[in-house]
Amino acid sequence: MSFLSPNVINNLNALTGGLFLISAFGIVATRQMLGCLRFYVAQSVTLAASAFLLGLHPFSRHLMEVCIITIISKPILIPWVLKKTMGKQIYTRREISQVLNIPTSLLIAMVLAIISYFLAMPLIHATGDVRAMVNLPIGLAGVLLGTYTLAVRREALPQLLGLLAMENGAFFAGIVIAPDLPAIAELAVTFDVLILALVVGVLTRAIAKHIGTTEVGELASLKEDASL
Amino acid sequence: MNLLIIPALPILAALICALPASWYVAAGATIISSIAALVFSLDTAFIVLKTGCVISIPNWISIDAFGVLILLLVAFVSTTASIFSWGYMAQETVDSKKLRLYYANLNLFIFSMLAVPMIQEPNLTWIAVELTTLFSILLVGFENTKEALEAAWKYMLLTLMGAAIALLGFLILFWAARNNLGGNAYTWSTLSLIASKMHPELLKTAFILILIGFGAKVGFVPLHTWLPDAHSQAPSPVCALLSGIETTTILYVILKLLPVFEAAKGVDALLWARVVGLISLGCAAFLLIQVKDFKRLFAFSTVEHMGIIFTAAGIGLGAGHLATMMQIVSHAVTKSFCFYAAGAALLITGTRQISKVRGLIHLNPFSGIALLIGGLAIAGAPPFAVFISEFSIVKAAILVKHWITVALLVFFIITAFFGVMFHINSMVFGRPESPPVAKHKLPLTCKASMLLAIIPVIVLGVYIPPQLYQLLKMAALVLCH
Repeated sequence: MSFLSPNVINNLNALTGGLFLISAFGIVATRQMLGCLRFYVAQSVTLAASAFLLGLHPFSRHLMEVCIITIISKPILIPWVLKKTMGKQIYTRREISQVLNIPTSLLIAMVLAIISYFLAMPLIHATGDVRAMVNLPIGLAGVLLGTYTLAVRREALPQLLGLLAMENGAFFAGIVIAPDLPAIAELAVTFDVLILALVVGVLTRAIAKHIGTTEVGELASLKEDASL
Repeated sequence: MNLLIIPALPILAALICALPASWYVAAGATIISSIAALVFSLDTAFIVLKTGCVISIPNWISIDAFGVLILLLVAFVSTTASIFSWGYMAQETVDSKKLRLYYANLNLFIFSMLAVPMIQEPNLTWIAVELTTLFSILLVGFENTKEALEAAWKYMLLTLMGAAIALLGFLILFWAARNNLGGNAYTWSTLSLIASKMHPELLKTAFILILIGFGAKVGFVPLHTWLPDAHSQAPSPVCALLSGIETTTILYVILKLLPVFEAAKGVDALLWARVVGLISLGCAAFLLIQVKDFKRLFAFSTVEHMGIIFTAAGIGLGAGHLATMMQIVSHAVTKSFCFYAAGAALLITGTRQISKVRGLIHLNPFSGIALLIGGLAIAGAPPFAVFISEFSIVKAAILVKHWITVALLVFFIITAFFGVMFHINSMVFGRPESPPVAKHKLPLTCKASMLLAIIPVIVLGVYIPPQLYQLLKMAALVLCH
């Protein structure tokens, strides 16, 4: 593997980092539910790709395991679980309105991404861990953009994808800052995420059935001053 | 004895619940497995008293005095909750399949809470904490009303968001630790040993992320908004588990990290604990006054008590730590009893509204007296357990001369006392507008469970058994830096 010098690998990793960030923006701004899900899948693939690239040199069995586990669970199993539990009509919906309009949303998301760079830098300088240069700021941005998605989206599925994207962001940073995480922890987290998708899928279905909407952002009968 | 038996019991019970049999089988299996878990936990506690810790799989599964205290509380509350469920849930629904689903889910929830104090690898502890949320979401939304589903969604969203933030915190903690492990396995105990060698910048970041993330799940203000909703909309036995034990179990993880963060230069972890704790306590004490729903009243009281416990942990030193442990025990047993009493009142009157429940003591003396005792006990009146523990917290604060903490603690606790008792008093003794009619009779199992749950509430207020005191002291040592 002569052409894959560490330098090339680092550049490729920076490219996957960029793609990861773009898909996080996609989850913030896509109106189509299905499109949103596709961006999530793309984000998970870039996460796996980054784990693979970082695991090449020096070779790391742990990161290869992370790559395989991610590829199997996130782009394949999660969409399948969601499709089974949520049902087609929720799945193919289109979100009419977000809390903020999309250009404003994207601007705020961009500011968050820049902030996360400045939040991550002191940590990288403190440890002198140059490999974290790409992954930590982008991972942090993934977490922040996921949180932001939760705040601006009203439909159930994009909110769930925001949660899953947060977890992806944490792991995007994790593959660099904690590459020797025991495989059992990786497996358990994957299992955990699958249960999450299942439980939230069932809950969304129940909400659609009993309340008649999946615009969970509009549910506001429980308040301090509500006279129940 | 192998520790793994204890979490295996509810898993087994959950499998039995999945069998296509009558719901009586599921309910029976749940009760038997939780009683067995309680017996095994007691046994473990006695071994821990003698040896200091029980190791099942070195570096992965073992338990110390603090862990065993949480284990005992989880086992006790899940026993009373599963007995209470028998009569209570049968009134909620008659659909056998739905009831079996409820019991299966309840067992998984109990499993996840039993697992938290046993796991030694911090990253795996995060997973167990996440499981406690995942297995309780559907229990919160079990009644499928609009309010219950909304509460479940809010609960899911905020606590899982918190968990994702905490995940980043745990990964950064691992980053800080992994270069200093020196060949040791990464466990809670090595973490506190190498804490002073870890990079303070990373430790500080990890501390803030974990405090925000898990703080959302414990219910610290301002991340508490989901808690009154979820803890009031769930079926009452689930409320008892959520409020009495689940919050404490998550707080256990934060408390275990406190000595680690104390070692970091530049973070006064104890000051953070006091400030966060007092803000929660203060906000909840005032929010208590305006509630209109009596289950929300007890839910806000949980926010208040989490604040008290965290403040006590922030006082530090031996006295503060011992008081923290006492408060953890007294809150767990008292709050679960309160929710049984509230559940009984809900069953009898058919409403959650405080203004519609008047003269409960005439309508149903048993439930009226239970609600009165629950209210007095949780508000901190003598001679109940909470009084003793709150008193020792204030005493510890005076001992270390944190005068501002003392003043605020006393002021907020008294405010909360009047807030709780004002509502409880009007519900129990108030004059009804029209002669009230009981909707349901109180099932026998509910009464039995309440009688069982009230024993520690009263006994611990007047007498702490020497073994328990010894265990509390050993647990307090775990918090020492």
